[in-house]
Amino acid sequence: MKKRLSVALRIALGAAATGAVMAASGAALAADPIRIGVIAEAQAIAGASIPQAAQLAAEEINANGGVDGRKIEIISYDNHSSSADSVRAFQRAVNEDKVNAVIASYISEVVLALEPWASRLKTPFVTPGAASNEISKSVHSDYEKNKYTFHGYLTSAALARSVCDGAKDLLVDRMHMKTAVIMSEDAAWTKPLDVGYEECLPKIGLKVLDHIRFSPDTTDFTPIFNKIEGSKPDVIITGISHVGVQPTVQWKNQQVPIPMFGISSQATNETFGKDTNQAAEGVLYQGVSGPGVAVTPKSVPFAENFKKKFGNYPSYAGYTAYDEVYYIADAVKRAGATDADKLVAALEKTDWEGTIGRVQFYGKDDPFTHSIKYGKGLITGLMLQWQDGKQSAVWPKDVAKVDVKFPSFIKLSN
Amino acid sequence: MRAFQILIDGFAISALYALGATGFTLIFGVSGVLNLSHGAIMVAAAVAAWAAASILNVGTYAGALIGVAVALLTAFATYFAVVKPIQDSRRIPNEEKEIFVLTGTLLWGIMIQELIAYFFTNNAKTVLPIVEGVVEILGVRTPKNEIFTAIVCCLVIALLWLLVNRTRTGKAVLAASMNPRGVTLLGLELTNIYIVVWGIYGILAGIAGVLLGMFLGVSSYSVGPLTASAFSIVVLGGLGSVSGSLIAAFVVGYLETLTAYLVSPAYRTIPALLLLVFVMYIRPQGLLGRR
Repeated sequence: MKKRLSVALRIALGAAATGAVMAASGAALAADPIRIGVIAEAQAIAGASIPQAAQLAAEEINANGGVDGRKIEIISYDNHSSSADSVRAFQRAVNEDKVNAVIASYISEVVLALEPWASRLKTPFVTPGAASNEISKSVHSDYEKNKYTFHGYLTSAALARSVCDGAKDLLVDRMHMKTAVIMSEDAAWTKPLDVGYEECLPKIGLKVLDHIRFSPDTTDFTPIFNKIEGSKPDVIITGISHVGVQPTVQWKNQQVPIPMFGISSQATNETFGKDTNQAAEGVLYQGVSGPGVAVTPKSVPFAENFKKKFGNYPSYAGYTAYDEVYYIADAVKRAGATDADKLVAALEKTDWEGTIGRVQFYGKDDPFTHSIKYGKGLITGLMLQWQDGKQSAVWPKDVAKVDVKFPSFIKLSN
Repeated sequence: MRAFQILIDGFAISALYALGATGFTLIFGVSGVLNLSHGAIMVAAAVAAWAAASILNVGTYAGALIGVAVALLTAFATYFAVVKPIQDSRRIPNEEKEIFVLTGTLLWGIMIQELIAYFFTNNAKTVLPIVEGVVEILGVRTPKNEIFTAIVCCLVIALLWLLVNRTRTGKAVLAASMNPRGVTLLGLELTNIYIVVWGIYGILAGIAGVLLGMFLGVSSYSVGPLTASAFSIVVLGGLGSVSGSLIAAFVVGYLETLTAYLVSPAYRTIPALLLLVFVMYIRPQGLLGRR
């Protein structure tokens, strides 16, 4: 009798305990955080802003109550600018740290290496800074497999369009320039960029006299500048990201009399002025935002809060990473779940006003599936110039604060 | 016009290579050490000069001096923390010491590189030139800083020559490079000679690093290529031969400049490496090697 009682007691106790555990886990489920893995180049200026901006966005969302009571948790991984390290970090983020989505890298080679892993591990993945067209083209060519990847920055094709749109207003219409030489580094992202340049520059009235591609390891740019000067163009159209400080300093030291205009990713960093000892003066570069530029009402407060917290303004990939955390949170809210396929479907319907403009993604039928849309009312990019040690917007008109001006060694031919 | 351009640009870069490689070969000649942290020491000098001038605002000259001082300290640290313990060790067999020193200095260089990347990011830095502006030489617009670089390099190499050939300390160094055992038998402390050589090396690498920072700029990524370039120049010239290194530096400098101008900047370093392989086949001791 005693024995039976004890068995009954045990069963009763067990049931009660199980109930308690189930209740507890139910409560935990409701408050389970939304985990976002952030894989970035912590030692590079452009990459260092990515986890910082993501953290800032998460803190803001959490301070406002999170997403339906769930907090956002950012888990960061340093990839040392290496594709292999990034793949390992991606696997760890998904398999061990159980992240619901990943934000990763500003380097196209790294993002292209991660894309198949997003498909294999069925994890939504957004890049804040890579540009290669191939990222969204693979989503288009095998949608069912690659739909987990989103391109949260402009494609090289869109970057070329942005540069050409700016060049038409600033260089052709205002300064009457007629000729250009393209100078770009040899990397995955510049191949489609150069194709875009070759196509759109003649259309806006800039004849392409020469096209110089050089190794990203180049340290001495003297022969390159001499070669460019030999063909006497009105402007040098740049496509540089891995290099930046060195060509800019040598351009100034050698007093190359031709302005530089185009993509120069390192010039988007606030530290570029100091790194080049102010040789950046006069450099014109494309950006999606910049300190003090109110692309949307969110841009300036974000940049200022970032500076207050981390001591410097964010790099271009900081702006996009910040927006990405917000629209991933928004997608989770709309989907009502963190299930990968539901999240992808919700992300596709994103319509989010972020710091760089209005973010929407191209659909399944567009060749750049899941890349952010380029155009007026969405994201057009800006042209900025280093003036008096600061980055100032010079195009488009509605955000431009100053006129283009060049250091004295620049000789405009018209 | 283009010929003059190649002549002028090639000279500046060659002189810089020569200065960078001289210290490297001197250490090998005297103590048999191949210092694979060479590139890291040069980059440390340039980044220190940049940081002193741009962050601490000490001015260009003081910044350059701080850069050289940092290289000197790093060179001594390399010797006392890495090289000397291996040389003095009783547990490492003598015939394996060279490979230990090679590995030790390589790892030491990577540590310095990672520290620089951690504290100053891996983005490139440039040191503000001591002389700014440009002059026309034979119709070629040349930055004054390029001329300054070439002059300083030649002066420092000349001073080194005087030091080695005309002073007592220099002669002891020279003797140690010929016959270290003989030097000890003469009552000279070999360790003291090594300290002098590492000091000279630190100053040479520091000046080369700061000038490189002014001329082309450096980043933590430059560490490997700089070590490799010094290494191949020294091997081409003949290990341990200072004059061989000087000649090799000019051969490599001009070959690179010619390739950049006449073929493509993308293939700049390839012909010099091919030449190195070729020389290894027909003359393994290098251009002026002793063995």
